[in-house]
Amino acid sequence: MANALMPAGSSEALQTYVKRIRQRAESGGRPLRFMEFCGTHTTAISRSGLRSVLEGAVELVAGPGCPVCVTSDWEIDRMLAYCDVPNVILTSYGDLIRVPGSQSSLAERRAEGIDVRVVYSPLDAVNMAAQEPDRPVIFLGVGFETTAPATALAIADANRRGLTNFYVHSAHKATEPAIRTLLGQGGVRLDGLLCPGHVSTVIGADAFAFIPGEFGIPAAVGGFEPLEILVALDYLVEAARGMRPVGLFNGYTRWVRPEGNQQALALLRETFEPCDSPWRGLGVIPASGMGLRPAYRRFDAAAAFPADVPQPKPRRGCRCGDVLRGQLTPHQCPLFGKACTPSRPYGPCMVSSEGACAAFYRYSRDAAPTEV
Amino acid sequence: MCLAVPGKVVSIEASKAVVDILGNRRTVDVTLVNAGVGDWVLVHAGIAIQVLDQDQAAASVAAYKDLMDTIGMG
Repeated sequence: MANALMPAGSSEALQTYVKRIRQRAESGGRPLRFMEFCGTHTTAISRSGLRSVLEGAVELVAGPGCPVCVTSDWEIDRMLAYCDVPNVILTSYGDLIRVPGSQSSLAERRAEGIDVRVVYSPLDAVNMAAQEPDRPVIFLGVGFETTAPATALAIADANRRGLTNFYVHSAHKATEPAIRTLLGQGGVRLDGLLCPGHVSTVIGADAFAFIPGEFGIPAAVGGFEPLEILVALDYLVEAARGMRPVGLFNGYTRWVRPEGNQQALALLRETFEPCDSPWRGLGVIPASGMGLRPAYRRFDAAAAFPADVPQPKPRRGCRCGDVLRGQLTPHQCPLFGKACTPSRPYGPCMVSSEGACAAFYRYSRDAAPTEV
Repeated sequence: MCLAVPGKVVSIEASKAVVDILGNRRTVDVTLVNAGVGDWVLVHAGIAIQVLDQDQAAASVAAYKDLMDTIGMG
C-alpha cells in the first residue's frame, strides 16, 4: 500500500500520541468522554486496543452509528413480512439477515426455504432482477449516507433498464438528525464527538459544523487507522482542555472534502425525500429517514407489497437502546456474554460486526464494566 | 456498514471501472466521482464514493513526519 494511502502508523508514533493525549486529558481532573458515532470506528477502536490504552484519561463511548443496530424491531418485522410475497427474492447486506425480529430473522426464514440472498452491492440485486424477470426482487436498504448512494444508483439503473420487478425497501437514515437528537436529549455528558469518516466523504466535513456551533463541544472527522483515530482524538482533547478554540477538525482530508461529494448528494436529493423514521434507542426522529420520492414510487417495496405489521412488544431485558445512546457500556448489560453472544444474539448490537456489543465481546470480553 | 476500501482504477468504460483493491480486481460503478485511470478511489457497496486527494494525502504524511521530528522521534 502506498504511503499516500496509509500514513505510517509506527509503534513510536502511536505511543507518542497516546502519551500526549493521556497527559493532556489527565491534566484536567476527571476523564474526558468522547463518543464515536460510527460503528466502523467502534470496531476499529476496540480492535486496536485504543479504548483500553486510554482508559482513565479518555473514555470512548460508542454511539448510534451502526445502521443495523438502530433499525427498529418494527422495521425488521416489516422486512420479514416480504417473505409472504409469492416467489420473492429478498436481498440485503449480510449483517441485516441475522438480526432477530419479534418472531424470527431473515436467516431463519432462509433456512425454511425463502430465497434470501446476501449481496455486496444493490447493483447485484438489479442484475438478479434482470436475470429473473418473472420474480420480484426486493433490496432491503439499510445504512447512512455512505450506503444510500449505492441504493439510489441501483434504482436509477433499474429505471434505465426498464425493469418492473425490482423494488427497494428504504430503511436508510441520515446522520445529522440522530446526532442532533442525541446531543439535544443530553442524556450523556460528552466532551466531544468523533464524526463518521466515510459518511463525511459523502456529506462533507462541514456538515458537522453544527456540533461545535450549536452544542459547544468539539467535533473531529477521523479516519479508521489507529494513528488517524489518535490524531482526531488529539484535537478533541486539545479543544476540550481549552488549549485551542472549540471547533470542527478534519483529520481525514485525503478522502473528506469540506463540501463532500456533490454528485452523490444531488443523486440522494433526487431519489429520496426526508421522512420520519424510528431509531432503536432514540425513538422516532423527524426527517431522519430517506423515503423514495414520488417519481420513484413504483420501486417502493412497501407500496407494492403492503402488509399490516403490528408494533412488536419491547424486547424483554434488551438494553441495546441504552447502549446506542451511550448511556450503558456493553459490559453493563446483564445479558452481555450470557444470554446474548455473537453466536446466539438477543439484541442487534451483538449481531452486527459493527455493533458495540459484538466489538466489546470480541476484543474486550473480560474487561471490568466501567460506569458511564 | 460504512466500511469502505481504497482501490486503484485500472481501466474505465462508461460508468464502470475495473479497480484493483489489494490485488483483487473488481468492477466498480464510478458514476458519482470524476476518476481517471491511475486514480485511487474509495469503494463502498460496489460504487466509488470519493477520489483520493493526492495533495492532502501527501500533506498528512508530511504532517506526521513533522510531528515526529518536533518531538524528537523522527
